[in-house]
Amino acid sequence: MAFVNLQNLAYKYPLTKTNALENINLQVREGEFVAVIGPNGAGKSTLCYALAGFVPHFFKGEISGEIEVDGRKSGESTLDEWVLNVGLAFQNPFNQISGAKYTVFEEIAFGLENIGVPRDEMKTRVEEAMSLTGISDLADRSPYSLSGGQQQRVALTSILVMRPRLLVLDEPTSQMDPIGTREVFGVVRRMAEEGMTVVMVEHKMEWIAHFADRVIALKEGQIFLEGTPGDVLTSDVLIENGFGISRYTSVAREAKKQGLWKKEKLPVTLDEAVEGFK
Amino acid sequence: MLHVSLFKRNIMNINIKDLRFAYPTGLEALKGINLAIDSGEQVAIVGQNGAGKTTLVRHFNGLLKPASGSVSIGDWDTTKYSVAKLASRVGYVFQNPDEQLFSRDVLTEVSFGPRNLGYEKTKVDELVKRALALTELSEKTGTNPYDLSPTWRKMVALASIIAMDTPIVIFDEPTTGQDAMNVARIANVIAVLKREGKTVITITHDIDFCAENFERVIALADGRVLLDGPAREVLGEEETLAQTYVEPPQLTRLGKKLGLKEIVTTQEEFIKAVVQD
Repeated sequence: MAFVNLQNLAYKYPLTKTNALENINLQVREGEFVAVIGPNGAGKSTLCYALAGFVPHFFKGEISGEIEVDGRKSGESTLDEWVLNVGLAFQNPFNQISGAKYTVFEEIAFGLENIGVPRDEMKTRVEEAMSLTGISDLADRSPYSLSGGQQQRVALTSILVMRPRLLVLDEPTSQMDPIGTREVFGVVRRMAEEGMTVVMVEHKMEWIAHFADRVIALKEGQIFLEGTPGDVLTSDVLIENGFGISRYTSVAREAKKQGLWKKEKLPVTLDEAVEGFK
Repeated sequence: MLHVSLFKRNIMNINIKDLRFAYPTGLEALKGINLAIDSGEQVAIVGQNGAGKTTLVRHFNGLLKPASGSVSIGDWDTTKYSVAKLASRVGYVFQNPDEQLFSRDVLTEVSFGPRNLGYEKTKVDELVKRALALTELSEKTGTNPYDLSPTWRKMVALASIIAMDTPIVIFDEPTTGQDAMNVARIANVIAVLKREGKTVITITHDIDFCAENFERVIALADGRVLLDGPAREVLGEEETLAQTYVEPPQLTRLGKKLGLKEIVTTQEEFIKAVVQD
Protein backbone atom coordinates (compact mmCIF):
# COMPACT_ATOMS: atom_id res chain seq x y z
CA MET A 1 0.00 0.00 0.00
CA ALA A 2 1.06 3.53 -0.68
CA PHE A 3 2.76 5.37 2.19
CA VAL A 4 0.86 8.55 1.42
CA ASN A 5 -2.64 8.19 0.15
CA LEU A 6 -4.92 11.11 -0.72
CA GLN A 7 -8.40 10.10 -1.84
CA ASN A 8 -10.83 12.57 -3.42
CA LEU A 9 -9.43 15.31 -1.24
CA ALA A 10 -11.26 18.64 -1.41
CA TYR A 11 -10.68 21.56 0.93
CA LYS A 12 -11.99 25.07 1.41
CA TYR A 13 -10.46 27.63 3.82
CA PRO A 14 -12.86 29.35 6.21
CA LEU A 15 -14.56 32.46 4.79
CA THR A 16 -13.57 31.68 1.19
CA LYS A 17 -15.87 30.87 -1.69
CA THR A 18 -13.87 28.40 -3.76
CA ASN A 19 -12.06 25.19 -2.95
CA ALA A 20 -8.30 25.56 -2.52
CA LEU A 21 -7.95 21.85 -3.34
CA GLU A 22 -10.31 19.78 -5.38
CA ASN A 23 -10.48 16.15 -6.38
CA ILE A 24 -6.93 15.35 -5.31
CA ASN A 25 -5.98 11.72 -5.70
CA LEU A 26 -2.36 11.03 -4.97
CA GLN A 27 -0.40 7.99 -3.88
CA VAL A 28 3.25 8.22 -2.89
CA ARG A 29 5.33 5.18 -2.07
CA GLU A 30 7.74 5.05 0.84
CA GLY A 31 11.09 6.60 -0.07
CA GLU A 32 9.74 8.34 -3.14
CA PHE A 33 10.74 11.95 -3.88
CA VAL A 34 7.80 13.81 -5.41
CA ALA A 35 8.12 17.41 -6.61
CA VAL A 36 5.06 19.63 -6.79
CA ILE A 37 5.04 22.50 -9.26
CA GLY A 38 2.42 25.04 -10.28
CA PRO A 39 1.70 28.74 -10.60
CA ASN A 40 1.11 30.90 -7.52
CA GLY A 41 -2.33 30.22 -6.09
CA ALA A 42 -2.51 26.69 -7.52
CA GLY A 43 -2.84 25.12 -4.07
CA LYS A 44 0.75 23.95 -3.54
CA SER A 45 1.09 25.27 0.01
CA THR A 46 -2.40 24.07 0.88
CA LEU A 47 -1.42 20.58 -0.26
CA CYS A 48 1.63 20.80 2.04
CA TYR A 49 -0.60 21.89 4.92
CA ALA A 50 -2.97 19.01 4.24
CA LEU A 51 -0.13 16.47 4.33
CA ALA A 52 1.29 18.03 7.50
CA GLY A 53 -2.07 18.04 9.28
CA PHE A 54 -2.40 21.86 9.47
CA VAL A 55 -5.32 21.47 7.10
CA PRO A 56 -7.81 21.01 8.61
CA HIS A 57 -6.60 20.72 12.24
CA PHE A 58 -5.13 24.22 12.47
CA PHE A 59 -6.78 26.15 9.64
CA LYS A 60 -10.24 24.60 10.15
CA GLY A 61 -12.41 25.06 7.03
CA GLU A 62 -14.34 22.40 5.10
CA ILE A 63 -12.68 19.17 4.12
CA SER A 64 -13.82 16.03 2.38
CA GLY A 65 -12.02 12.90 1.22
CA GLU A 66 -9.16 11.10 2.96
CA ILE A 67 -5.62 11.99 3.99
CA GLU A 68 -3.70 8.89 4.97
CA VAL A 69 -0.02 8.59 5.90
CA ASP A 70 1.47 5.25 6.89
CA GLY A 71 -1.99 3.75 7.23
CA ARG A 72 -3.21 6.42 9.64
CA LYS A 73 -5.96 8.86 8.82
CA SER A 74 -5.40 12.55 9.50
CA GLY A 75 -9.06 12.98 10.43
CA GLU A 76 -8.68 10.43 13.23
CA SER A 77 -5.44 11.88 14.64
CA THR A 78 -4.60 14.99 16.60
CA LEU A 79 -2.04 17.44 15.25
CA ASP A 80 0.53 16.60 17.96
CA GLU A 81 0.34 12.90 17.07
CA TRP A 82 0.50 13.67 13.38
CA VAL A 83 3.66 15.83 13.50
CA LEU A 84 5.69 12.96 14.97
CA ASN A 85 5.46 11.33 11.54
CA VAL A 86 5.29 14.29 9.22
CA GLY A 87 7.61 17.31 9.16
CA LEU A 88 6.86 20.51 7.27
CA ALA A 89 9.32 23.26 6.41
CA PHE A 90 7.34 26.43 5.76
CA GLN A 91 7.69 28.52 2.63
CA ASN A 92 8.78 31.49 4.71
CA PRO A 93 11.45 30.56 7.28
CA PHE A 94 10.67 33.73 9.23
CA ASN A 95 7.34 32.08 10.13
CA GLN A 96 9.02 28.99 11.46
CA ILE A 97 11.83 30.21 13.71
CA SER A 98 10.46 29.77 17.23
CA GLY A 99 11.53 33.11 18.66
CA ALA A 100 12.15 31.27 21.93
CA LYS A 101 15.80 30.38 21.37
CA TYR A 102 18.98 32.40 21.39
CA THR A 103 21.15 30.21 19.20
CA VAL A 104 20.78 28.15 16.05
CA PHE A 105 21.84 25.05 17.98
CA GLU A 106 19.03 25.50 20.52
CA GLU A 107 16.55 26.32 17.77
CA ILE A 108 17.28 23.04 16.03
CA ALA A 109 17.07 21.16 19.34
CA PHE A 110 13.68 22.71 20.13
CA GLY A 111 11.56 20.00 18.50
CA LEU A 112 13.60 17.21 20.13
CA GLU A 113 13.21 18.88 23.54
CA ASN A 114 9.48 18.91 23.06
CA ILE A 115 9.28 15.19 22.48
CA GLY A 116 11.61 14.44 25.39
CA VAL A 117 14.71 13.13 23.59
CA PRO A 118 17.55 12.52 26.12
CA ARG A 119 20.15 15.26 26.27
CA ASP A 120 23.11 13.29 24.87
CA GLU A 121 21.13 11.92 21.96
CA MET A 122 19.73 15.38 21.30
CA LYS A 123 23.22 16.85 21.06
CA THR A 124 24.40 14.16 18.65
CA ARG A 125 21.32 14.46 16.46
CA VAL A 126 21.52 18.26 16.26
CA GLU A 127 25.20 18.10 15.34
CA GLU A 128 24.58 15.46 12.68
CA ALA A 129 21.70 17.38 11.16
CA MET A 130 23.69 20.64 11.08
CA SER A 131 26.60 18.96 9.38
CA LEU A 132 24.24 17.38 6.84
CA THR A 133 22.88 20.77 5.77
CA GLY A 134 26.22 22.53 6.10
CA ILE A 135 25.39 24.96 8.88
CA SER A 136 27.68 23.73 11.68
CA ASP A 137 29.47 27.09 11.63
CA LEU A 138 26.21 28.89 12.45
CA ALA A 139 25.59 26.91 15.69
CA ASP A 140 26.19 29.81 18.07
CA ARG A 141 24.56 32.57 16.01
CA SER A 142 21.14 33.98 16.82
CA PRO A 143 18.53 32.65 14.36
CA TYR A 144 17.48 36.25 13.77
CA SER A 145 20.96 37.46 12.85
CA LEU A 146 21.05 35.18 9.81
CA SER A 147 20.49 36.00 6.16
CA GLY A 148 17.31 34.74 4.48
CA GLY A 149 19.00 31.72 2.93
CA GLN A 150 20.79 30.80 6.15
CA GLN A 151 17.49 31.00 8.06
CA GLN A 152 15.99 28.73 5.46
CA ARG A 153 18.71 26.15 6.07
CA VAL A 154 18.09 26.37 9.81
CA ALA A 155 14.35 25.86 9.27
CA LEU A 156 15.03 22.81 7.09
CA THR A 157 17.52 21.40 9.60
CA SER A 158 15.07 21.81 12.47
CA ILE A 159 12.68 19.55 10.57
CA LEU A 160 15.29 17.01 9.39
CA VAL A 161 16.56 16.55 12.94
CA MET A 162 13.11 15.18 13.87
CA ARG A 163 13.59 12.37 11.32
CA PRO A 164 10.01 12.44 10.07
CA ARG A 165 8.78 9.52 7.97
CA LEU A 166 7.24 12.04 5.57
CA LEU A 167 9.15 15.22 4.80
CA VAL A 168 7.07 18.05 3.33
CA LEU A 169 9.01 21.03 1.98
CA ASP A 170 7.38 24.21 0.73
CA GLU A 171 9.92 25.93 -1.53
CA PRO A 172 12.81 25.14 0.80
CA THR A 173 15.45 26.76 -1.44
CA SER A 174 13.62 29.93 -2.48
CA GLN A 175 16.12 32.22 -0.76
CA MET A 176 19.20 30.09 -1.20
CA ASP A 177 22.24 30.75 -3.33
CA PRO A 178 22.50 28.61 -6.47
CA ILE A 179 25.07 26.04 -5.36
CA GLY A 180 23.43 25.86 -1.92
CA THR A 181 20.17 25.10 -3.68
CA ARG A 182 21.69 22.17 -5.52
CA GLU A 183 23.23 20.89 -2.29
CA VAL A 184 19.89 20.97 -0.51
CA PHE A 185 18.27 19.05 -3.34
CA GLY A 186 21.11 16.54 -2.94
CA VAL A 187 20.51 16.22 0.81
CA VAL A 188 16.81 15.67 0.22
CA ARG A 189 17.56 13.02 -2.41
CA ARG A 190 19.81 11.26 0.12
CA MET A 191 17.03 11.32 2.71
CA ALA A 192 14.74 9.69 0.15
CA GLU A 193 17.38 7.02 -0.60
CA GLU A 194 17.43 6.28 3.12
CA GLY A 195 13.68 5.70 3.09
CA MET A 196 12.23 9.09 3.96
CA THR A 197 9.26 9.97 1.78
CA VAL A 198 9.50 13.48 0.35
CA VAL A 199 6.97 15.90 -1.10
CA MET A 200 8.66 19.13 -2.16
CA VAL A 201 7.15 22.23 -3.71
CA GLU A 202 9.69 23.92 -5.98
CA HIS A 203 10.06 26.15 -9.02
CA LYS A 204 13.60 25.11 -9.99
CA MET A 205 13.01 22.77 -12.89
CA GLU A 206 16.64 21.88 -13.55
CA TRP A 207 17.11 20.42 -10.08
CA ILE A 208 13.68 18.81 -9.97
CA ALA A 209 14.62 16.98 -13.14
CA HIS A 210 17.92 15.90 -11.60
CA PHE A 211 16.72 14.74 -8.24
CA ALA A 212 12.97 14.00 -8.10
CA ASP A 213 11.29 10.70 -9.02
CA ARG A 214 7.99 12.18 -10.05
CA VAL A 215 6.41 15.56 -10.73
CA ILE A 216 2.89 16.65 -9.86
CA ALA A 217 1.71 19.82 -11.61
CA LEU A 218 -1.08 21.63 -9.80
CA LYS A 219 -3.38 24.20 -11.30
CA GLU A 220 -6.39 25.83 -9.67
CA GLY A 221 -6.42 23.33 -6.84
CA GLN A 222 -6.35 20.24 -9.04
CA ILE A 223 -3.74 17.84 -10.31
CA PHE A 224 -3.17 18.99 -13.84
CA LEU A 225 -0.34 16.73 -14.97
CA GLU A 226 1.64 13.96 -13.35
CA GLY A 227 4.56 11.82 -14.45
CA THR A 228 8.33 11.57 -14.67
CA PRO A 229 10.22 14.88 -14.63
CA GLY A 230 11.37 14.30 -18.22
CA ASP A 231 7.80 13.96 -19.49
CA VAL A 232 6.01 16.55 -17.37
CA LEU A 233 8.59 19.33 -17.52
CA THR A 234 8.83 19.30 -21.33
CA SER A 235 5.15 19.01 -22.08
CA ASP A 236 3.65 21.62 -24.38
CA VAL A 237 0.47 21.83 -22.36
CA LEU A 238 2.55 22.86 -19.32
CA ILE A 239 4.15 25.72 -21.21
CA GLU A 240 0.84 26.86 -22.69
CA ASN A 241 -0.62 27.07 -19.21
CA GLY A 242 1.91 29.49 -17.79
CA PHE A 243 4.15 27.06 -15.92
CA GLY A 244 7.85 27.88 -15.85
CA ILE A 245 10.27 25.65 -17.75
CA SER A 246 14.03 25.30 -17.62
CA ARG A 247 16.11 27.41 -20.02
CA TYR A 248 17.32 24.18 -21.60
CA THR A 249 13.77 23.23 -22.51
CA SER A 250 12.95 26.72 -23.64
CA VAL A 251 16.01 27.15 -25.85
CA ALA A 252 15.60 23.69 -27.41
CA ARG A 253 11.97 24.47 -28.16
CA GLU A 254 13.04 27.60 -30.02
CA ALA A 255 15.90 25.77 -31.73
CA LYS A 256 13.51 23.04 -32.86
CA LYS A 257 11.44 25.63 -34.73
CA GLN A 258 14.61 26.64 -36.58
CA GLY A 259 15.67 23.06 -37.22
CA LEU A 260 18.61 23.27 -34.81
CA TRP A 261 17.21 20.70 -32.35
CA LYS A 262 16.82 17.36 -34.10
CA LYS A 263 15.55 15.13 -31.30
CA GLU A 264 11.90 14.40 -30.68
CA LYS A 265 12.17 14.88 -26.93
CA LEU A 266 13.08 18.25 -25.40
CA PRO A 267 15.76 18.42 -22.67
CA VAL A 268 15.28 19.47 -19.02
CA THR A 269 18.82 18.99 -17.75
CA LEU A 270 22.21 20.22 -18.86
CA ASP A 271 23.33 16.72 -19.91
CA GLU A 272 20.25 16.17 -22.04
CA ALA A 273 20.74 19.57 -23.68
CA VAL A 274 24.42 18.88 -24.39
CA GLU A 275 23.51 15.49 -25.87
CA GLY A 276 20.92 17.00 -28.19
CA PHE A 277 22.92 20.01 -29.38
CA LYS A 278 26.18 18.13 -29.95
CA MET B 1 18.40 76.77 -9.92
CA LEU B 2 20.59 74.90 -7.48
CA HIS B 3 17.51 72.94 -6.47
CA VAL B 4 16.97 71.77 -10.04
CA SER B 5 20.56 70.79 -10.70
CA LEU B 6 20.68 68.59 -7.61
CA PHE B 7 18.12 66.31 -9.17
CA LYS B 8 19.78 65.98 -12.54
CA ARG B 9 20.28 62.31 -13.21
CA ASN B 10 24.00 62.50 -13.77
CA ILE B 11 24.72 63.38 -10.18
CA MET B 12 22.63 60.72 -8.47
CA ASN B 13 25.58 58.34 -8.48
CA ILE B 14 26.24 55.96 -5.63
CA ASN B 15 29.75 56.08 -4.27
CA ILE B 16 31.04 53.62 -1.74
CA LYS B 17 34.50 53.99 -0.30
CA ASP B 18 36.22 51.46 1.99
CA LEU B 19 32.89 50.54 3.53
CA ARG B 20 33.12 48.35 6.59
CA PHE B 21 30.26 47.27 8.78
CA ALA B 22 29.89 44.96 11.78
CA TYR B 23 26.67 43.91 13.50
CA PRO B 24 26.43 44.41 17.28
CA THR B 25 27.16 40.68 17.71
CA GLY B 26 30.64 41.39 16.36
CA LEU B 27 30.02 39.74 13.00
CA GLU B 28 31.87 41.74 10.37
CA ALA B 29 29.49 41.66 7.41
CA LEU B 30 31.28 44.11 5.09
CA LYS B 31 35.05 44.11 4.96
CA GLY B 32 36.02 47.04 2.77
CA ILE B 33 33.75 47.64 -0.19
CA ASN B 34 34.59 50.08 -2.98
CA LEU B 35 31.96 50.60 -5.65
CA ALA B 36 30.67 53.31 -7.93
CA ILE B 37 27.24 52.96 -9.50
CA ASP B 38 26.21 55.54 -12.07
CA SER B 39 22.75 56.99 -12.51
CA GLY B 40 20.59 54.84 -14.75
CA GLU B 41 22.61 51.65 -14.36
CA GLN B 42 20.90 48.25 -13.99
CA VAL B 43 22.95 46.30 -11.49
CA ALA B 44 22.44 42.81 -10.08
CA ILE B 45 24.14 41.76 -6.86
CA VAL B 46 24.73 38.03 -6.47
CA GLY B 47 26.53 35.85 -3.96
CA GLN B 48 26.37 33.23 -1.25
CA ASN B 49 23.85 33.45 1.58
CA GLY B 50 25.45 35.59 4.24
CA ALA B 51 27.88 37.25 1.78
CA GLY B 52 26.64 40.70 2.83
CA LYS B 53 24.27 41.55 -0.05
CA THR B 54 21.37 42.80 2.06
CA THR B 55 23.74 44.48 4.52
CA LEU B 56 25.31 46.37 1.61
CA VAL B 57 22.09 47.66 0.07
CA ARG B 58 20.71 48.68 3.46
CA HIS B 59 23.54 51.21 3.50
CA PHE B 60 22.14 52.87 0.38
CA ASN B 61 18.97 54.11 2.08
CA GLY B 62 20.61 54.68 5.44
CA LEU B 63 18.97 51.80 7.32
CA LEU B 64 22.54 50.91 8.21
CA LYS B 65 25.39 53.40 8.59
CA PRO B 66 29.06 52.57 7.88
CA ALA B 67 31.29 51.59 10.79
CA SER B 68 34.06 53.10 8.69
CA GLY B 69 34.36 54.35 5.14
CA SER B 70 31.56 56.19 3.43
CA VAL B 71 28.44 55.81 1.31
CA SER B 72 27.11 58.73 -0.67
CA ILE B 73 23.97 59.04 -2.74
CA GLY B 74 24.57 61.91 -5.13
CA ASP B 75 25.98 64.70 -2.96
CA TRP B 76 24.54 63.26 0.26
CA ASP B 77 26.73 61.38 2.70
CA THR B 78 24.32 58.84 4.23
CA THR B 79 25.62 59.46 7.75
CA LYS B 80 24.40 63.06 7.53
CA TYR B 81 20.85 62.27 6.39
CA SER B 82 17.98 60.44 8.05
CA VAL B 83 16.37 57.34 6.53
CA ALA B 84 13.27 59.46 5.95
CA LYS B 85 15.27 62.01 4.00
CA LEU B 86 17.16 59.38 2.03
CA ALA B 87 13.83 57.82 1.07
CA SER B 88 13.40 60.64 -1.45
CA ARG B 89 16.41 59.32 -3.34
CA VAL B 90 16.46 55.59 -2.66
CA GLY B 91 13.45 53.26 -2.68
CA TYR B 92 14.00 49.87 -1.08
CA VAL B 93 11.72 46.86 -1.58
CA PHE B 94 12.27 44.39 1.27
CA GLN B 95 12.97 40.71 0.66
CA ASN B 96 9.89 39.82 2.68
CA PRO B 97 6.87 42.00 1.80
CA ASP B 98 5.34 41.29 5.21
CA GLU B 99 8.12 43.39 6.80
CA GLN B 100 6.97 46.33 4.79
CA LEU B 101 3.16 46.39 4.44
CA PHE B 102 0.90 47.84 7.12
CA SER B 103 -2.07 49.67 5.56
CA ARG B 104 -5.68 48.53 5.48
CA ASP B 105 -5.96 48.62 1.70
CA VAL B 106 -3.73 48.59 -1.35
CA LEU B 107 -4.46 52.18 -2.35
CA THR B 108 -3.54 53.59 1.07
CA GLU B 109 -0.42 51.42 1.16
CA VAL B 110 0.81 52.58 -2.24
CA SER B 111 -0.08 56.24 -1.55
CA PHE B 112 1.77 56.32 1.77
CA GLY B 113 5.26 56.79 0.34
CA PRO B 114 4.63 59.56 -2.18
CA ARG B 115 2.37 61.36 0.29
CA ASN B 116 5.17 61.32 2.86
CA LEU B 117 7.59 62.76 0.37
CA GLY B 118 5.34 65.83 0.36
CA TYR B 119 4.17 65.74 -3.24
CA GLU B 120 0.94 67.56 -4.10
CA LYS B 121 -2.21 65.51 -4.20
CA THR B 122 -2.49 65.50 -8.00
CA LYS B 123 1.11 64.32 -8.28
CA VAL B 124 0.53 61.63 -5.65
CA ASP B 125 -2.55 60.40 -7.50
CA GLU B 126 -0.69 60.28 -10.77
CA LEU B 127 2.29 58.40 -9.31
CA VAL B 128 0.05 55.92 -7.51
CA LYS B 129 -2.02 55.28 -10.60
CA ARG B 130 1.08 54.63 -12.66
CA ALA B 131 2.62 52.31 -10.06
CA LEU B 132 -0.61 50.33 -9.74
CA ALA B 133 -0.92 49.95 -13.50
CA LEU B 134 2.68 48.84 -13.84
CA THR B 135 2.24 46.14 -11.19
CA GLU B 136 -1.20 45.11 -12.50
CA LEU B 137 -2.88 46.02 -9.22
CA SER B 138 -5.38 48.58 -10.55
CA GLU B 139 -8.29 46.19 -9.90
CA LYS B 140 -7.21 45.44 -6.35
CA THR B 141 -6.98 48.94 -4.80
CA GLY B 142 -9.65 48.31 -2.15
CA THR B 143 -8.27 44.97 -0.95
CA ASN B 144 -6.41 44.56 2.33
CA PRO B 145 -2.85 43.55 1.36
CA TYR B 146 -3.01 40.63 3.81
CA ASP B 147 -6.02 39.20 1.99
CA LEU B 148 -3.88 38.91 -1.12
CA SER B 149 -1.67 35.90 -1.90
CA PRO B 150 2.05 36.29 -1.12
CA THR B 151 2.62 36.83 -4.86
CA TRP B 152 0.36 39.84 -4.98
CA ARG B 153 1.65 41.14 -1.65
CA LYS B 154 5.05 41.20 -3.31
CA MET B 155 3.57 43.31 -6.12
CA VAL B 156 2.03 45.70 -3.56
CA ALA B 157 5.45 46.09 -1.95
CA LEU B 158 6.93 46.85 -5.37
CA ALA B 159 4.18 49.33 -6.22
CA SER B 160 4.49 51.19 -2.92
CA ILE B 161 8.16 51.87 -3.65
CA ILE B 162 7.78 52.60 -7.37
CA ALA B 163 5.11 55.19 -6.51
CA MET B 164 7.74 57.21 -4.64
CA ASP B 165 9.43 57.93 -7.98
CA THR B 166 12.92 57.83 -6.49
CA PRO B 167 15.89 58.00 -8.86
CA ILE B 168 17.30 54.82 -7.30
CA VAL B 169 15.25 51.67 -6.69
CA ILE B 170 16.50 48.61 -4.85
CA PHE B 171 14.86 45.18 -5.04
CA ASP B 172 15.93 42.56 -2.51
CA GLU B 173 15.31 39.15 -4.11
CA PRO B 174 12.21 40.18 -6.06
CA THR B 175 11.64 36.81 -7.76
CA THR B 176 11.80 34.63 -4.66
CA GLY B 177 8.86 32.23 -4.62
CA GLN B 178 7.30 33.81 -7.70
CA ASP B 179 5.92 31.80 -10.59
CA ALA B 180 6.95 32.25 -14.22
CA MET B 181 4.20 34.73 -14.95
CA ASN B 182 5.06 36.95 -12.02
CA VAL B 183 8.77 36.80 -12.77
CA ALA B 184 7.87 38.14 -16.23
CA ARG B 185 5.83 40.94 -14.61
CA ILE B 186 8.78 41.88 -12.40
CA ALA B 187 11.13 41.83 -15.40
CA ASN B 188 8.75 44.23 -17.12
CA VAL B 189 8.74 46.59 -14.11
CA ILE B 190 12.54 46.65 -14.22
CA ALA B 191 12.53 47.33 -17.98
CA VAL B 192 10.13 50.26 -17.55
CA LEU B 193 12.20 51.76 -14.72
CA LYS B 194 15.26 51.42 -16.92
CA ARG B 195 13.56 53.32 -19.76
CA GLU B 196 12.71 56.06 -17.28
CA GLY B 197 16.40 56.42 -16.50
CA LYS B 198 16.21 55.05 -12.95
CA THR B 199 19.05 53.23 -11.30
CA VAL B 200 17.87 49.71 -10.48
CA ILE B 201 19.85 47.58 -8.06
CA THR B 202 18.64 44.04 -7.49
CA ILE B 203 19.81 41.31 -5.19
CA THR B 204 19.05 37.94 -6.72
CA HIS B 205 19.88 34.25 -6.59
CA ASP B 206 18.08 33.68 -9.87
CA ILE B 207 21.08 33.79 -12.15
CA ASP B 208 19.07 33.22 -15.34
CA PHE B 209 16.85 36.17 -14.45
CA CYS B 210 19.99 38.14 -13.71
CA ALA B 211 21.48 37.34 -17.13
CA GLU B 212 18.30 38.35 -18.94
CA ASN B 213 17.64 41.65 -17.17
CA PHE B 214 20.87 43.26 -15.99
CA GLU B 215 23.84 44.86 -17.70
CA ARG B 216 26.21 44.81 -14.80
CA VAL B 217 26.73 42.14 -12.16
CA ILE B 218 28.51 42.45 -8.83
CA ALA B 219 29.38 39.21 -7.03
CA LEU B 220 29.97 39.53 -3.30
CA ALA B 221 31.79 36.96 -1.22
CA ASP B 222 32.31 37.11 2.51
CA GLY B 223 31.84 40.87 2.77
CA ARG B 224 34.01 41.75 -0.21
CA VAL B 225 33.53 42.39 -3.92
CA LEU B 226 34.63 39.23 -5.71
CA LEU B 227 33.72 40.25 -9.28
CA ASP B 228 32.26 43.37 -10.85
CA GLY B 229 31.66 44.00 -14.54
CA PRO B 230 29.41 43.49 -17.54
CA ALA B 231 26.98 40.61 -16.95
CA ARG B 232 28.44 38.39 -19.64
CA GLU B 233 31.99 38.68 -18.30
CA VAL B 234 31.08 38.14 -14.66
CA LEU B 235 28.62 35.31 -15.29
CA GLY B 236 31.15 33.44 -17.41
CA GLU B 237 33.66 33.20 -14.53
CA GLU B 238 32.54 29.77 -13.42
CA GLU B 239 35.41 28.98 -11.07
CA THR B 240 35.51 32.35 -9.34
CA LEU B 241 31.71 32.43 -8.95
CA ALA B 242 31.81 29.01 -7.29
CA GLN B 243 33.76 30.60 -4.43
CA THR B 244 30.56 32.45 -3.54
CA TYR B 245 28.22 29.55 -4.33
CA VAL B 246 26.99 30.99 -7.60
CA GLU B 247 26.77 29.10 -10.86
CA PRO B 248 26.71 30.63 -14.35
CA PRO B 249 23.29 30.79 -16.04
CA GLN B 250 21.96 27.54 -17.52
CA LEU B 251 22.66 28.59 -21.10
CA THR B 252 26.16 29.81 -20.22
CA ARG B 253 26.94 26.39 -18.79
CA LEU B 254 25.42 24.73 -21.85
CA GLY B 255 27.39 26.93 -24.26
CA LYS B 256 30.59 26.16 -22.42
CA LYS B 257 29.98 22.39 -22.48
CA LEU B 258 29.28 22.58 -26.21
CA GLY B 259 32.53 24.46 -26.71
CA LEU B 260 30.93 27.60 -28.19
CA LYS B 261 33.55 30.23 -28.88
CA GLU B 262 31.78 33.06 -27.10
CA ILE B 263 30.22 33.23 -23.66
CA VAL B 264 26.44 33.26 -24.07
CA THR B 265 23.96 34.17 -21.35
CA THR B 266 20.58 34.46 -23.07
CA GLN B 267 18.48 32.40 -25.46
CA GLU B 268 19.05 34.82 -28.37
CA GLU B 269 22.81 34.76 -27.89
CA PHE B 270 22.80 30.99 -27.62
CA ILE B 271 20.82 30.40 -30.82
CA LYS B 272 22.97 32.90 -32.69
CA ALA B 273 26.14 31.22 -31.50
CA VAL B 274 24.87 27.75 -32.44
CA VAL B 275 23.95 28.95 -35.93
CA GLN B 276 27.42 30.46 -36.41
CA ASP B 277 29.20 27.41 -35.08
